[in-house]
Amino acid sequence: MTGGPALASKTTPETARIKPALSAPRGRAVPDSEAGRPLLDVRGVTMRYKTQAHLITATYRVSFSVLQGDRFVVVGPSGCGKSTLLKAVGGYLTPTEGEITLKGKPVTSPGPDRMMVFQEFDQLLPWKTVLENVTFPLKTTGALRGKAATDRAMQYLEKVKLADFAHSYPHMLSGGMKQRVAIARGMAMEPDILLMDEPFAALDALTRSRMQDELLSLWDETRFTVLFVTHSIPEAIKLGNRILLLSPHPGQVKAEINSVPRGEENSNEAAALGREIHEMLFADQIKKAPNASGE
Amino acid sequence: MLQASERPNIYCETLGPDQFGIIEKPLTLAEQIYNKVWLRKVMILVVLALAWEIYGRWLDNPLLVPPFSAAVRALVTDVANGIIPTRALSSIEVLLVGFAIGTVLAGLLTVFAISSKIGTDFLDTMTAMFNPLPAIALLPLALIWFGLGNGSLIFVLVHSVTWAVSLNMLAGFRGVSTTARMVGRNYNLRGLRFVCLILIPAAFPSILAGLKIGWAFAWRTLIAAELVFGVSSGQGGLGWYIFESKNQLDIPEVFAGLLTIILIGLAVENGVFRLIEARTVQRWGMQT
Repeated sequence: MTGGPALASKTTPETARIKPALSAPRGRAVPDSEAGRPLLDVRGVTMRYKTQAHLITATYRVSFSVLQGDRFVVVGPSGCGKSTLLKAVGGYLTPTEGEITLKGKPVTSPGPDRMMVFQEFDQLLPWKTVLENVTFPLKTTGALRGKAATDRAMQYLEKVKLADFAHSYPHMLSGGMKQRVAIARGMAMEPDILLMDEPFAALDALTRSRMQDELLSLWDETRFTVLFVTHSIPEAIKLGNRILLLSPHPGQVKAEINSVPRGEENSNEAAALGREIHEMLFADQIKKAPNASGE
Repeated sequence: MLQASERPNIYCETLGPDQFGIIEKPLTLAEQIYNKVWLRKVMILVVLALAWEIYGRWLDNPLLVPPFSAAVRALVTDVANGIIPTRALSSIEVLLVGFAIGTVLAGLLTVFAISSKIGTDFLDTMTAMFNPLPAIALLPLALIWFGLGNGSLIFVLVHSVTWAVSLNMLAGFRGVSTTARMVGRNYNLRGLRFVCLILIPAAFPSILAGLKIGWAFAWRTLIAAELVFGVSSGQGGLGWYIFESKNQLDIPEVFAGLLTIILIGLAVENGVFRLIEARTVQRWGMQT
């Protein structure tokens, strides 16, 4: 067993915050007006929930902040509470401890300023066409109405290259197309932050890789802020500019690091970063198994 | 033995789309005809009618089983002279009122049930108690409470419709996926808007099944009730028509009455419900 993960911070939120950037400096310049204040601030959030027989702590005192225009990725093995955390940011769950604020206002309930893109394909309402699915939240929340809503929806459907399918029903689309509609629906609302809960996890590898490229090119166009949850380290490195690592059972912050610059996800640096992340995430498990020959 | 390294790489040219022979060809006429659902169903009906006709003639006892043709003749005569249409109309009128009240009541009960725990328990208990209770068993009480008239009929109809429909509605609402619910809440939909815009469409297959069952229950209950206490306020329905004809030993007319009930049932099933299904759940891909 070679030395413990020297890079990993102790899992208290304070030290996690102080950790200097591990590889590249923070990639993108932040607009001055927004520089001082994070868009989304998660402070010491502990999530507990009850099952029939147990009280489970999903995450313990997790802190991080997302800046305007961030592609913030939360990565961790299954059981690290990353989906629970995202649902808390979405307002579906209330933290037992800690606070989540969006633009300085505490998050208390779900709302259209935080549009969710789910992993499940049934997130599209089957009784509405693709176009209606995108216009529906625009209309029900009163953001836009009539022709304006349709125009906005079509604009984003074109961005995800689904304008031709505007009048199809969701059951006629493939899995990847459904996720693109869900992304268009989320983006059409132009929310403060787009929350994505492993949106590509149920897709095949080829579609998944193409969807990642598309998401990045969409980001290049509109520079939306996105909080993305995944269990795939390569996906985190490719999509994120900032990566939060959570340890499992319960989820605690292991590190918050910068990713490699855009378009270098196949470089040696990226491979090294991937190994580093992998080591940090699985270090505990290696420690627990003395027979395993630590790398 | 061939070693793995000895196998060469193989590259192939694929054919363009215009270089194939047959990619699709139409089916033969006979196959196309056999593929029509309605035609197959009509064929079944024709065979059944033929069997009936042959048995009726062979038996040669119109008091027990008149042949199909005699029943049809009685039907045509009584439709032409307006007896069956008036009776059917009077039945349908009561039926629609009872069905509508029952459905609305079921909707209210279900919304109450999904919005509170006590509501769920209430509906669970009520359906457990009353769903197995035949509506006809309540008829004697209904006669005392509402007298000999449409009031009693509507009461038993509502009883027969409400529990069956609300049971299905509740099952449908409970089956709405968590994701769909979260999507609705993401859009800030709450209360009645959430129910109308998310829950009802998402549960629509179950709701429709419930309405179908409710409709069938209502028909059965109505005809049975009419047979038991017959004429109401001077004008009876189809059940009464059957009862009357039997008393006068007009057995073809009895069959004509039964046929009318079947025909109306078929018309509603194929006309109304099938149309709603095609326009909604089938188009949405919720039902194949």
